[in-house]
Amino acid sequence: MEIEAETHPLDKYLRTDRIPHIWCPGCGLGTVLNCFLHALEESDIDLKNLAIVSGIGCTGRVAGYLNVDSYHTTHGRAIPFATGLKLANPKLKVVVFSGDGDLFAIGGNHFIHAARRNIDMTVICVNNYNYGMTGGQLGPTTPLEAKTTTSPYGNVEHPFNLCHVAAASGAVYVARWTALHVRRLKESMKEALNKKGFTFIEVIASCPTTYGRRNKMPTGLDTMRYYKEKSVIKHGIDPSEADIEIGGDIIVGKFVDIEKPTFDEILKKLEEKIK
Amino acid sequence: MIQKLPAKKMVVTGDYAAAYGALLCDVDVVAAYPITPQTLIVEEFSNFVNDGITDAEFIMVESEHSAMSACIAAQAAGARTYTATASQGLALMHEMLFIASALRLPIVMPVVNRTVAAPIGIWCEHNDSMPQRDTGWIQMACEDNQEVLDMIIMAYKIGERKDVLLPVMPCLDAFILSHTVEPVDAPSSDEVADFIGKYEPHAMLDPDNPMAIGTFTPPEYIQELRYQNHVAMENAKKAIKEVTKEFADEFGRDYHGLIEEYKCDDAEVVLITVGTVTGTAREVVDKLRQQGKKVGLIKLRFYRPFPREELRSIAENVEAIGVYDRAISYGSGGPLFIETRNALYGMDVPVLNFLAGLGGRDVVTGDVEKMYEILMKAKDSKPDKEIYWIGTRGVSI
Ligand SMILES: Cc1ncc(C[n+]2csc(CCOP(=O)(O)OP(=O)(O)O)c2C)c(N)n1
Ligand code: SF4
Ligand SMILES: [Mg+2]
Repeated sequence: MEIEAETHPLDKYLRTDRIPHIWCPGCGLGTVLNCFLHALEESDIDLKNLAIVSGIGCTGRVAGYLNVDSYHTTHGRAIPFATGLKLANPKLKVVVFSGDGDLFAIGGNHFIHAARRNIDMTVICVNNYNYGMTGGQLGPTTPLEAKTTTSPYGNVEHPFNLCHVAAASGAVYVARWTALHVRRLKESMKEALNKKGFTFIEVIASCPTTYGRRNKMPTGLDTMRYYKEKSVIKHGIDPSEADIEIGGDIIVGKFVDIEKPTFDEILKKLEEKIK
Repeated sequence: MIQKLPAKKMVVTGDYAAAYGALLCDVDVVAAYPITPQTLIVEEFSNFVNDGITDAEFIMVESEHSAMSACIAAQAAGARTYTATASQGLALMHEMLFIASALRLPIVMPVVNRTVAAPIGIWCEHNDSMPQRDTGWIQMACEDNQEVLDMIIMAYKIGERKDVLLPVMPCLDAFILSHTVEPVDAPSSDEVADFIGKYEPHAMLDPDNPMAIGTFTPPEYIQELRYQNHVAMENAKKAIKEVTKEFADEFGRDYHGLIEEYKCDDAEVVLITVGTVTGTAREVVDKLRQQGKKVGLIKLRFYRPFPREELRSIAENVEAIGVYDRAISYGSGGPLFIETRNALYGMDVPVLNFLAGLGGRDVVTGDVEKMYEILMKAKDSKPDKEIYWIGTRGVSI
C-alpha cells in the first residue's frame, strides 16, 4: 500500500517551524510528547481552549513545540502561571508540562498548594531522575545511590515519591507510567484531560545523556529494556507503597481517581450564597 | 580541612578557577543550585568533596533562595561559606542578599553574568548583578580567569576584615570566562591559608552563649544599623586597596585596588570598561596610541563600593569620559554611567555612555574604536546626546 501525505497527521498540533527539536537521541521526551499529541487527537478538546504551561528544563521545551496557546515561564513557576490562567478564564483547559526539578525542587511549594486547592488543571511531570538541562545534577527524584554530576559516588538523599506527594496533597487523579507504556500513558492523559480537578501524571522517562550514562543505561534503548523488565502494573494501590529504588520494581498504574469539588466550584457556590 | 595543595600552573575555565579558589580558601559549607553558566563551579566543587580533597559540607539544595538561606545560617554558625549563581538564580536570591549583608556575614559568591529573562538567554549581560547594587554586597567584575581565582581569595580576606564584615560578589562574564580555558597560576593551599588567615566570626550562634539574630527591631535602632552598613562599605575601599597591595606583595599580581588605569597619564579621553571587554579595549588603546591619539582606559573593578575619589582625580585631567555598560536601567542609562556621572557631579567634563554587548552579543575592537571616535569628537565639540547604542539595529549613532 502506498501512503501519500504531505504532512504528518499530528503536525497540526506542532509548531513545525520549531522542529527538529533540541532533545538528544534516545531521550524519552519525544515519546511523551507524541503520546500527548495522540491523547489530544483522540479526545475532543477544543484547541482554542487549551493552554500549555511549562517551566524551564528539557521538559519545559514542550510548551514551545505545541501549536496552542503556550507559556514558557520561569524555572519553577509553571503552576502559579497556570493557576492565574485558570482563574482569569475558568473555561480554559490548562495543562502543565514540566520536569521533576522544575515541579518538585524549585517549584515544589506551588505543586502542593495547587493540589490542595484542587485547581482544575492537569500536571504532567516527566521524571528523568535529574536536572537534564543543566547537565545532570541530582534533584529531588534522584534515587538513593544513583550517580549524578554532583553525586559521583552515589546520591545520599532520599527522593520524593511523586505520586505519593500528589495524592497526599489532594490530587483527584494520580497515575504513573514510563515512556515504554505509550498506550497506557496516552489513555491516562485522556482521562486526566477529561477529569475535573487537579490531575497528575508522572512519566518516568530516559535521559541517556546526563543520567543514563552514569547509571549503566547509556542509551535510550537500555532504559526501555530496564522499564520492560522492572515495571509492574498495580492499579489502585496506595501510592505510598510505590517508592522508586535503584534496581527495584517500578510500580506503575492509576493510583487515585476520586471526586472532590474544585476550587472554582466551591468559589462559585460561595458567590451564589452571598449574592 | 583541605589536603595540602601545591602551587601549580593550570589551564582552566573561569568556572574551574572560581571553584578552585574556594577550595584553596578551605570553605566549610557550600550550598548551591545549578544554573547555566555557573553549574560547572558547583560541579567542580562537588568533585573536590567527593574525591576527599576537602571535607567541606556540600549540599545541592532545591533553589537559589535556599542556597543563600543555607549559607547565611551556616555562616552565622561560624562557618566560612560559598555559593555561586547567575541570572534568574540571582534574581530569586535577591531577598536573602539583604539579609546576608545586614547580618554582616562575609559570604563569597561568584556570579556568572548572564542575561535575565524575558526572553530567555544564557549569554553575557550584566543585568543580573547590577540590580543587586543596593543589597549591601561588595560587587566587582573580573577580566580574566586569573583574576577570578585571585579575587575569590581576596574576597574572603576583604569581606572578613573586622572593619568590613560584608559579603562579596565577584562577577565573571558568561562563557567568555566561565567556559573558556586560560592559563591560571594557583598558589599553594599553605600560602593561601597564611594570606587569608582563619575566619573568626564576629558573632556566632552558640548554644552555650545563646543569641538571637535578625529579630524584630523597632525604628529606634534600625537607622543606626543602616549607617553602620554604609560605613562598612566605605571602609571596604580602604580594605580593597590594602588587600590588593598585600596580595601583590605576596603573589606578584597587582590589581591596583578599585580601578586599574591603562595609559591614562597623558590621556585626553578615557573609556571606563567593566569585565572582559577591558581586554578588547586595551588592544584598541594600543592601536590608537600608535596613531598618536591620546586615549586611556580605566578598568572598573568595583561597582560597590564605587571608586568615586579615584575617578574624580582622573577626570580632572581629561577632556571626555566614556562609560561602557552591558546593562541598561530603562529610562535612564547604563548603571555604571549613572554611577559615574553621579561621582563626577560638579566637574566640567562630558560623560558619555556606550551600550554594547547586551544579550551576549560580541563586543569587538571595531565597536570599541567607535566609542573612542565618539569620545575624541566630544572633546572638541559638545556632543548632542549622552547615550550611544553601539551596533544596534534601527538605532543610528
Ligand atoms: C531560578 C533558576 N534557577 C536555575 C535555573 C537553571 N535550570 C534550568 S533547567 C533546570 C533544571 C531542570 O530540571 P527538570 O525540571 O528536571 O527538567 P529536565 O531538564 O530534567 O527535563 C535548572 C536548574 C533557572 N533556569 N532558573
Ligand atoms: S539532557 Fe536528558 S532530558 Fe535533556 S534532551 Fe538530553 S536526554 Fe533528554
Ligand atoms: Mg528532570
